Amino acid sequence: MNSMNDARMKNSFKLKQPSVIPGFGFALGFTLLYLTLIVIIPLSGLFIKTATMPWHTFVSTVTAPRVMSAYKISFGISFIAALVNVFFGLIIAWVLVRYKLPMKKLFDAMIDLPFALPTAVAGIALSTLYSPHGWIGELLAPLGIRLAFNPAGITIALIFVGLPFVVRTVEPLLQDMDAELEEAAAGLGASRWQTFSRIIFPYICPALLTGFAMAFARGLGEYGSVIFIAGNVPMVSEIVPLVIITKLEQYDYAGATAIALTMLLASFILLLIINLLQRWGNGRMKS
Amino acid sequence: MKASLITESLQVRVLLSVVAVLFIAIFVGLPLAIVFAEALSKGFQAYTNAIMSENARSAIKLTLLVAAIAVPCNMVFGLAASWAITKFEFAGKRLLITFIELPFSVSPVISGLIYVLLFGTNSMLGEWLDRHDIQIIFAVPGLVIATIFVTFPFIARELIPLMEEQGTESEEAAIMLGASGWQTFWHVTLPNIKWGLFYGVLLCNARAMGEFGAVSVVSGHISGLTNTIPLHVEILYNEYNFAAAFAVASILTLLALCTLLIKSIIEYYFPYEVKALH
Repeated sequence: MNSMNDARMKNSFKLKQPSVIPGFGFALGFTLLYLTLIVIIPLSGLFIKTATMPWHTFVSTVTAPRVMSAYKISFGISFIAALVNVFFGLIIAWVLVRYKLPMKKLFDAMIDLPFALPTAVAGIALSTLYSPHGWIGELLAPLGIRLAFNPAGITIALIFVGLPFVVRTVEPLLQDMDAELEEAAAGLGASRWQTFSRIIFPYICPALLTGFAMAFARGLGEYGSVIFIAGNVPMVSEIVPLVIITKLEQYDYAGATAIALTMLLASFILLLIINLLQRWGNGRMKS
Repeated sequence: MKASLITESLQVRVLLSVVAVLFIAIFVGLPLAIVFAEALSKGFQAYTNAIMSENARSAIKLTLLVAAIAVPCNMVFGLAASWAITKFEFAGKRLLITFIELPFSVSPVISGLIYVLLFGTNSMLGEWLDRHDIQIIFAVPGLVIATIFVTFPFIARELIPLMEEQGTESEEAAIMLGASGWQTFWHVTLPNIKWGLFYGVLLCNARAMGEFGAVSVVSGHISGLTNTIPLHVEILYNEYNFAAAFAVASILTLLALCTLLIKSIIEYYFPYEVKALH
């Protein structure tokens, strides 16, 4: 018994399990080489370059007033846009999964457009639509509402790019949901709203949070669709990626790198949160 | 009666449907419509002039060239990575997958910046490249490598879950029957994953041709030399040449629409071969 267990233990500590299929060394070797050359070395350059900066220079660069206000704008507006997407994304997913609707296939396909449309095209289209002479801006101008070339414009662009995330994470859950649960709740006298808030909402909650985090992360890094509609006024409507570009254009490589590093760390933390949320969601699906 | 218990009242259903349709129409439909309306606002002649101009043609050529290099590179990588990850059990697999997906969570601007730091004039490599008269940043190689970075995970991410599910039995059987590794790959694995692979290539290509932020950092915006289509759109727009900007943008919009159409067709006919969520 003991010797068998020992053998199994040894086996499980092997770096690679034996297999008859060839090509492991070549495939993994090529993968690691390509990954190192394209991703790991260039990304670590960001850390190395920042490490050559004196600590106080780094701190004063990443906490300069213009940069701080850009963080507030990027984080704040990404957060608001992701919230809007959670609300409307849930409604859209709900309608697309559960209701009969003419041209439903078309609407469903349209949800993916923000993924497929190049960001620069989205940027010029949105800024033209919402500018005071555009189709939508023209209607709102007499009411004194301006949705372009200010923070509201950034919000609109980030709602556009983040729209598919919530819809696409919630949709499959609603499709797979067991009707019996809802029938049972209704049979026990729950109102439709109670069924939704007590049964359906907790079930899709991890997916909603995942979609929120993905839309938020995407919004933080977004550049192309935002810069055309943002107005880019420092301290008012300047996003962090634009601050990085501005520093680069002034040949302030160290400054650009330091700010990029703080943003990169923020995205890694978000990535970690998204992974944890997905694991939570999957774990609940199984139970 | 049961049916009415598990759905909402008619008023609520109508309200939610209207909200959903209006939201899609305003946030997706209108941007799409305005691209073509603005592109044709000065007439068809102006439209064709804009997309046939010298700079537009060189931008189209450059975009095709960049995608023609970046997409096959990532395809070979995607096949190798998913072969290693799904056909074998080894330590550190989860970590490897995390690293492969990393470029998705890096801002496009930062994706460009890292190559400026690596190859730019102030860097260690930059001096060496300068001495040997090799230009990467503000030249085509920079555009290619930045595009490879931002589209890095597309094909691998499509293939890994698909090949994971298909398991290793067919390959093991082929090897046992005496097939070589390449024969097994060409005749057993590839036919099983061809639609998943095509799907990944399609999405990878769409992103490669449309990428803006990363290429904008490494391009230097030299008209006729380092301007891809999205960068050319930006220049025209900033010159207040709106009709021309939208005319060129309409090429990219048509590309996006074709991509979505082919994607929907593949999803419809081969739902089990394109499992990954989007």
